[in-house]
Amino acid sequence: MRYSIFSLARQALSGHRNWQPAWRDPEPKPGYDAIIVGGGGHGLATAYYLAKEHGITNVAVLEKGYLGGGNVGRNTTIVRSNYMLPGNVRFYEKSLQLWENLSQDLNFNVMFSQRGVLNLAHSDAQVDAFARRGNSMRLHGVDAELLTPEQIAREVPALDLANARFPVYGGLMQRRGGTARHDAVAWGFARAADGLGVDIIQNCEVTGFRREGGRITGVETTRGTINAPKIGLAVAGHTSRLAEMAGLRLPIESHLLQAFVSEGVKPMLDHVVTFAAGHFYISQSDKGGLVFGSSLDGYNSYSARGNLPAVEHCVEALMSLMPSAGRLRLLRHWGGVMDMTMDGSPIIDKTPIEGLYLNGGWCYGGFKATPGSGWCFAHTIAQDRPHYLNSALSLDRFRHGEVLDEERSGPVPNLH
Amino acid sequence: MKLPCPLCGSRALEEFTYLGDASVTRPDPETETLDDWYAFVYLRDNPCGRMHELWQHSGGCRAWIVVERDTLTHEVFGSELARDRNTRERAA
Ligand SMILES: Cc1cc2nc3c(=O)[nH]c(=O)nc-3n(C[C@H](O)[C@H](O)[C@H](O)COP(=O)(O)OP(=O)(O)OC[C@H]3O[C@@H](n4cnc5c(N)ncnc54)[C@H](O)[C@@H]3O)c2cc1C
Ligand SMILES: [Zn+2]
Repeated sequence: MRYSIFSLARQALSGHRNWQPAWRDPEPKPGYDAIIVGGGGHGLATAYYLAKEHGITNVAVLEKGYLGGGNVGRNTTIVRSNYMLPGNVRFYEKSLQLWENLSQDLNFNVMFSQRGVLNLAHSDAQVDAFARRGNSMRLHGVDAELLTPEQIAREVPALDLANARFPVYGGLMQRRGGTARHDAVAWGFARAADGLGVDIIQNCEVTGFRREGGRITGVETTRGTINAPKIGLAVAGHTSRLAEMAGLRLPIESHLLQAFVSEGVKPMLDHVVTFAAGHFYISQSDKGGLVFGSSLDGYNSYSARGNLPAVEHCVEALMSLMPSAGRLRLLRHWGGVMDMTMDGSPIIDKTPIEGLYLNGGWCYGGFKATPGSGWCFAHTIAQDRPHYLNSALSLDRFRHGEVLDEERSGPVPNLH
Repeated sequence: MKLPCPLCGSRALEEFTYLGDASVTRPDPETETLDDWYAFVYLRDNPCGRMHELWQHSGGCRAWIVVERDTLTHEVFGSELARDRNTRERAA
């Protein structure tokens, strides 16, 4: 059923009793043309673009838990393409362009809100670095604007710009950046993929791979063996576990990131703001809650339960940036398992094993990549080679010294 | 989370700095290849469960220690000085 003002009116007349489930709940078939492991944003988007762009509709998405229970439903929903390195900018900009028409394309309101993403600078050197990044973005056709403290004070009055320790010297604004409704992104891609014939199979954990003469031929799951000549991994924080089942070691560590939301208040923050001094980011949700987060807890973890020092650090950053927030109560706080790479950039590529494809290493920033990642991964799987847009996000870049280290912090995952 | 320092006893997490997997070993200069360096610098087992990891008690005695910890439950099993572990492994 297409969603529209007319379908809404029709359903209203019958008391909203005839809405259909947004996707089917099929039994797994014995075989498919392609299997995607992981029903997060990236797995669902990949299945959607495989069907839509490449006509491959005999596809299953296997999810060990429930759809949207992973990081796609746990993130702080920031969407932007303000990267500096060419290999990253072109990929994230493609993703941002897909976001701009995503609700229409999926026929599902993902509530994409281009409210602008503002990065604050706290020294002359940081302003220079932002000017350089902004220039690099503009050379790639991406919007970027350098703001003075006076302009920032006018646009974002809730901030304390004259903080004694970290005064604000300026900021880099990407007005096309913003936020989206994370659950709706998972649901929208699931519904649209299902509509094109993709089987979405929940409560189905992949426990091993079937191989013949080195080539992948299928997966073992908690719901039996399922065969396919092409298998794509999109399991975010669990990437190393699946790779290990296939005998691969990866340049990835799993780390823990926490996030927070306050009680709802009237509009007080119109943009997404990041506070570079404390690696802190904040926005206000459409419901009114302040949604914010900061750095990783800092050590390897597969637990979605964080420790208090990271909470304290995050709340301190909030208090430095927006002292008025001290009057608010926290509503919820939670964690997710991040697939941190050695250079802080993701991987979308083939693997050394024929028939096995890898999508992972999203660090903190995979939500914004969701449509672009699905689009590029679908191309890589369907054509058996990366697209130009993900050609720099290769698995062997580490071996060849072609790392994409935006932060220049070296092969230390917890510093990215 | 608290971590046990062999010299200072059980101390709060904030006093420590994390380096990572203690099982990776620097390539032997006599036999090294580029692949050995690639594996040492970039590749990790990233286990879900028990793991040996290097921490420095940077806000305390500054010793480098190896902690055995469960990455899923955050349970800590014990620690020793990195130097002691190194000597023991060389001898073995
Ligand atoms: C607290 C937090 C804040 C964040 N903030 C932002 C942000 O502001 N902006 C941004 O761009 N990004 C952000 N991110 C990152 C972003 O959420 C992730 O990079 C992205 O969601 C990862 O891709 P995904 O949606 O496919 O992952 P997931 O939703 O985690 O999907 C992976 C799925 O694989 C499944 N799976 C795992 N193992 C198996 C198996 N063996 N068999 C079958 N299925 C399996 C899991 O159950 C899971 O559902 C944040 C993340 C967190 C945790
Ligand atoms: Zn000590």
